[in-house]
Parts: sequence; C-alpha cells; structure tokens
Amino acid sequence: MTTQVAARPAVNLKGLSQYGVYLAILLLVLYNIFFTPYFLTWSNLRIQLIQVAPIVIVALGMALVIGTEGIDLSVGSVMALAAALIPLYLGYGVVAAIIASVLAGVAVGFINGVLVARVGLQPIVATLALFVGGRGLAVVITHGQLKDVRNPDLIYLGSGDLLGIPVLVWVAAALVLVVAFLVRRTVFGRRLLAIGGNRPATELAGLPVKRVLITVYIVCAVLASIAGLLSVARIQSSDASAVGLLIELSAITAVVVGGTPLTGGRVRVLGTVAGALLMQLVIATMIKHNLQPSTTEMVQAVIILIAVYVARERKTR
Amino acid sequence: MLEVIDVSKTFPGVRALDHVSFTLNQGEVHALVGENGAGKSTLIKVLTGVYQPDDGELRYQQQKAQFGTPMDAQHAGISTIYQEVNLVPLMSVAHNLFLGREPRNRLGLLDEGRMHREAREILAGYGVTADVRRQLGTLALGEQQMVALARAVMIDAKVVIMDEPTSSLEPREVATLFGVIRDLHSRGIGIIYVSHRLDELYQICDAVTILRDGKVVHTGKLTDLERIRLVSLMLGREMSEVRREGATAFSGAATGDTGAAPVLRASGLTSRTKLHDISFEVRPGEVVGLGGLLGAGRSETIKAIGGAYPLDSGDVQVNGVDLKKPTTVRAVKAGIAVQPEDRKAEGIIAGLSVRENIALAVLPQLSRLGLVSDSKIDAIVEKYMTRLRIKASSPDQLVGDLSGGNQQKVLLARLLATGPKVLLLDEPTRGIDVGAKAEVQSLIDELAAEGLGVVLVSSDAEELIEGADRVVVLRDGVVVGVLTGAEVTTEDLMATIAAGGNA
Repeated sequence: MTTQVAARPAVNLKGLSQYGVYLAILLLVLYNIFFTPYFLTWSNLRIQLIQVAPIVIVALGMALVIGTEGIDLSVGSVMALAAALIPLYLGYGVVAAIIASVLAGVAVGFINGVLVARVGLQPIVATLALFVGGRGLAVVITHGQLKDVRNPDLIYLGSGDLLGIPVLVWVAAALVLVVAFLVRRTVFGRRLLAIGGNRPATELAGLPVKRVLITVYIVCAVLASIAGLLSVARIQSSDASAVGLLIELSAITAVVVGGTPLTGGRVRVLGTVAGALLMQLVIATMIKHNLQPSTTEMVQAVIILIAVYVARERKTR
Repeated sequence: MLEVIDVSKTFPGVRALDHVSFTLNQGEVHALVGENGAGKSTLIKVLTGVYQPDDGELRYQQQKAQFGTPMDAQHAGISTIYQEVNLVPLMSVAHNLFLGREPRNRLGLLDEGRMHREAREILAGYGVTADVRRQLGTLALGEQQMVALARAVMIDAKVVIMDEPTSSLEPREVATLFGVIRDLHSRGIGIIYVSHRLDELYQICDAVTILRDGKVVHTGKLTDLERIRLVSLMLGREMSEVRREGATAFSGAATGDTGAAPVLRASGLTSRTKLHDISFEVRPGEVVGLGGLLGAGRSETIKAIGGAYPLDSGDVQVNGVDLKKPTTVRAVKAGIAVQPEDRKAEGIIAGLSVRENIALAVLPQLSRLGLVSDSKIDAIVEKYMTRLRIKASSPDQLVGDLSGGNQQKVLLARLLATGPKVLLLDEPTRGIDVGAKAEVQSLIDELAAEGLGVVLVSSDAEELIEGADRVVVLRDGVVVGVLTGAEVTTEDLMATIAAGGNA
C-alpha cells in the first residue's frame, strides 16, 4: 500500500501534463455554458470549429516535427505559397489547384528536410530560411494583390456542409485520424519517435534516419499547404501576405499545451487537437466577454507557461 | 558520523530501498557494493538530498538531518563525485575549482593572481600539474576527475561520496587517487566508495555494506570478509555458478573453424589521423579481440566497420561481399551489428519502452505495408527477453528506468533481432554488475558457438584474454601485433602493447 502513497505526487504531475489540457477544456466549456450567452448554440460551436480547423491541421504536422526534436517555422509561409498558387491553377479546375498547392508543400518540406537531415542545419535555422523566403515568394507570385476566388467547388470545401457538419471540419478530423494512425501503427511513426528519442542510437541501429526526417518535414509542409488551401476556400480570396500569418506560433502552442515534449521522442496527437481547441476556446471566451486582445494574449502566455511547467517534470527522471 | 536508519524508498513498480540501515564512521572508507539495480545509486541520492526517503531517517553528526536539495547536503559538508565529471569544460581549471567561491580583492573584483596561485598549490597535492589557466575540457579525464575531487574536498567536506571514481582512470591516476583518499582518511573525513572493482575495494576500504534488491545483506569490516563470500553475497548465489567456463571451451571452437571462410574481412581501413591501414579477419564462430590502450583506435575501427565512422580508404567484406563505403544502413543489411561503447548516448533510447527498443531495427520485417504487427513484435520481444533474461516489470517499461545491465541486454536484444552475421561489441560489460557481466560473457560464448563472428573490445584485460580466440593489438591506429593460440595471455598482450610503444 505504501507503494501507491509514495507514487501519488509523481503520478499526479504526470497525469496533469497528459490530461490537464482535457480538464482545462472541460472547465472552460462548463464556465461558458453558465456564463456566456448563446455559447451552446450550434452556430457558435460551428464557428469555433471552423476557426480552429486550419490550426489543428498545421499543428498535426508540427507535432510530428517536434517529435523528432525539430521545429518547423515555415508552416505559415507554406500556407501563403499554397494560397498564392490556387488562383493561378484554378482555371484548370479545383483538382489542379489542389495538386499545385500540395506540390508546393512537398517542395518546401523537401528543402527543409534536406537542410536538416543532410546539410545538418539546426531545424530552427533551416526552416527560418523558408519562413522568410516562402512568404516573399508567395507575394511575388500574386504580385502582392488580393485575388478573389469564385470557383464553386473550392467554395464548397471552405463553406459547405456534409451531414450538417462543415466540410472543413471533416477534413481536419480525417487528417487527425490519419496522423494518429501514422504515429501509432506505422513503421514510419515508430522510427520518427526513435529518432526524436536518440538520433545517434537510431543511426547506429541501421535506420534510414535521413529519409525519415525528410519525410517528416514533407508531411508537415503538406499538411500546412492543405491548411492554406482550406483557408483560401473559406475566406474566398487569396491574400499571400495574410494567410497563415503567425500560425507557426499557434501550432507550436497547441502542440506544447497538448503535452508533446519539445525534447522529442513523444507525440501526442489527440493532445495536440485538444491544445488547439483549448486556445481557441480561451480566445473565444475572452472575446465574448469583451476583453482586449492584449489581455487574451497574456492569458495565452500564462497557459503556455503552465503547460511547459507541467511538462518539465518529465525531464528530471 | 553519517547514519541511515531504516530508510525505504519506492518508485512506481520498484522498491529501490527496503529498510536500509548503514553507518559511516569518522575517518572511515566505506565500500558500498551491489549489483546494478541493488539500490546503491538510490541510497547515494537519498544521502545527497536528490531524493527524499519515504520512510526512516538520516542522522548526521549525531543529529537528525534532512536534506531537501543537493545544495543542503553540500552545505552540511557532504560532497559527491559522480562517474561523469560535473564541471564546466569550457572554463579554466582554476575557475572550475573556485566556481562560486572565487577569491576577491578589496574592490570586490575577481583576484585572478591569488586564484591561480591557490589552485596550483591545491592541485599539486592531487598530482595535477597542468596549467590551471587551461580550459578544463582539454585535460585528460583522469585529471578532470582530480579537479572535481579537489573541489569537493575544498568545500569543507566531512563526507565524500565517490561513485565509481576509477572507471575512467588509468592505473597511474588510480594510484594518485588512492593517495588522496588515504590523506582524506587521515584527516578524519568519511568516505563512501562505490566501485565494481574488487581489487580496489580491498586496497582502500575499511568497511563494506552490501546491497541486494534494495536490502542490506551484509555490513561490517572488509578484512573479515573473503572475496568469494563478498561476491556471492552480492549475487545471492554460489560462486561456482558465476565463474565462467574459461578459455578452454573457446580455443576448441576456434581451432574447429580455422579453415572456414572469414565472415568479416576488414582490409586497409584508413581514416585520417585515427586509423592507418587496419586489416583483420573474423571467421564464423570466432571471437576476435581488439586490444590496446585508450585512444588506440579500437572504437573507431568498430564504428568504421559499422558505417558510423568515415573512412578515407579500405574495404569491409561480409561473407566475401564488399560493402563499398559502408553506411550504417548498408552495414546492418549486410549483417553487421554494432554495440557502441556509450550505451546511453548511442545505444538505448531511454524514453521508449523495452519493446520499442528491441523491435526498432527490424520494424520492416515485423510489419506489412508499413503497418506494424503487434503480435509479431510481441513474439520477438518475448523471445529475447527470455533468452537474455531481461529484468523489466513489463515490456512496456521505459528502458531509461532499467539498471545498466538490463539496458545493455536490451541493446544486445535489438542487435540480435536483426539476425547479424558479425557482432561488434565495444565494452559490452562496462558499468554493469557482476551478475549481468557473467551473463553477457556467456552469451558471447553461446553466440560464437552458434556460428556468429564476434569482435570484442574490452579494456578489461582478463575479459579480452578469456573471451577472445585471437587478439589484434592496436596502437595509435596501427595494428602492432596479433596474438593467437597459446599467445593469448595477459603477459603477451602487455608485451605487445609495450613493444608497440617502443617501435
């Protein structure tokens, strides 16, 4: 019996870092149900889900990269690039536009991956290059102009419903399942975690470390390009200088708040989704209660600090 | 002076200390021994304030004591020297020595002259003659350890805890260390000495406490305790079970296979300053030792064969097939398995489970279309956990929570799972307890008997001599001799290394 008594504090902290985010969401939802008018209406929930969907999609890729002890700052620029390409190829149909923007993601991811895995740059520096350059290129492609998108198929992706739920949300949910499956059940997922846990050991074990790393960055960038595409579809215009601006920070926040350690070796997919939802709920709650955006930002900062503090316990043993 | 009374400490799933009592008297050198996982490290951490005991109490200088943090323990005069040196490699030796207690002049500024002078005087007493203005990191590991020791004693220590202080020292440095210990001893400082090397214990220690499975199984004067008794107390079994079959079984196997084609042929391995034209062969069932001093190029040779160290020229052939510029991926595919020297940094993945660690290198074989098969993994994990007798609460336990010996076995299991033809082992028994050591050694025997080619690097001369059928001796990256048959003795090994030194 003493065993359990002794183990309790450690388990609690660990439990908090794993499930704290769900608890926080629950509390926030309860608060809103009682104190925020019209919170529990379908139209409100709908808006929240639509707004959070692109962040979730980007955060999924970010979680994978962070699982390898990396980071990808270029996701926002990838969204901008994807957005910039859509008006150019939409003339050939919605499929062509999708292919073009996803290929842009593959290209950026490949460059990031090669810089990290083969050239050996630090991920933060490697992806910084395209963080700056990617958006620049996107603005050049669009000549700095905002372009309206009027293709009905694309607009359906952004604003349509399927079985009463926005298509956008369906796509995000499907991608969550795919990524969760990738991490848990595939060779690729296991290798990714092993690399994050101990790269030299993984290399010596004969694993194709570089290939896995390049693939991870490609997956991350492709997810970002899908998010960019969906954003364009939702706002029905392509603005390379605004799409996905600062989303890398929201994505990293979602990953960290969701309990994925920045030290690599572990990826919490559902936690990441919950992290994104939590931040969205916080912002929504603040806005509904007429608080300044600056106050919202400070509250976000506090949540990030709490998440990092709770996760800190892991490293000590 | 320092007393531990009925202390217990439990971690999830493990009872690390079970009503442990232990007394350190003034001016005593007290050996603390036990297999890995016996609770030595936990006990030290309780003494130094890293962990709090769940139960029982500490008494220090006749008073009940409680150390909330390592800092508290240090202030009370308990200093610890860990296996790995805990100093700042980029700062000067003198700065390291005085870190946090730098001498100041009247203006409150750092008094460098005095610091350097005092550092020189203090370190001379420890046999360190290097310039105190040099960066600490440029010193030999042994010297760094002496600096750490000097620093520990300087903090007005009344108790010094040494956790395997000699594991990275050369014999000459060990002698200096023992001189220092005797000096501390005469000054009435109590010393807790943790080591796996029995010779050292009998040379330097007065008393001994033996831990096994978190319990004290013996405590008393060391002179009253026979060696064989000490070992059997530690292991909890009779000595005869532990003793290995010896070299005889080996030589028989080796002569039987001399005609066979070599499974591994390394020829002309050259890498800039480290390796020069190294060639040797390993036949199936043969254990080839790589002998030599630290820095002779043994680890580099092994890594180069495994594709993890860049080669300028040279070929590696497995069963007659040339690897053509080995990479780790190609080497593993060809059947080369490398167990690196640094288990924690390059071997295990501490944050993953035993299961994931074992299956890591063979995932493609255990999956279909990129999807892993849990049942196939379970089968292979079960097989190797049983065969290597890996002690873990379950296959899902994190490897980082296992003892050193079990971590090493997990690593070996991962290598064996790849179905290798050649096994390259770099210090396979370093830092693991006596029991696991014997198990690993007899495993090497078994594997060789099954027809694997084994390359063994060990700084333990006896292990090398008894384990290997042939010893290739390296010095400064050059093969200086090969010992075969009756020449495989400690004397011949020493003679070859020495002769190489004259050449």
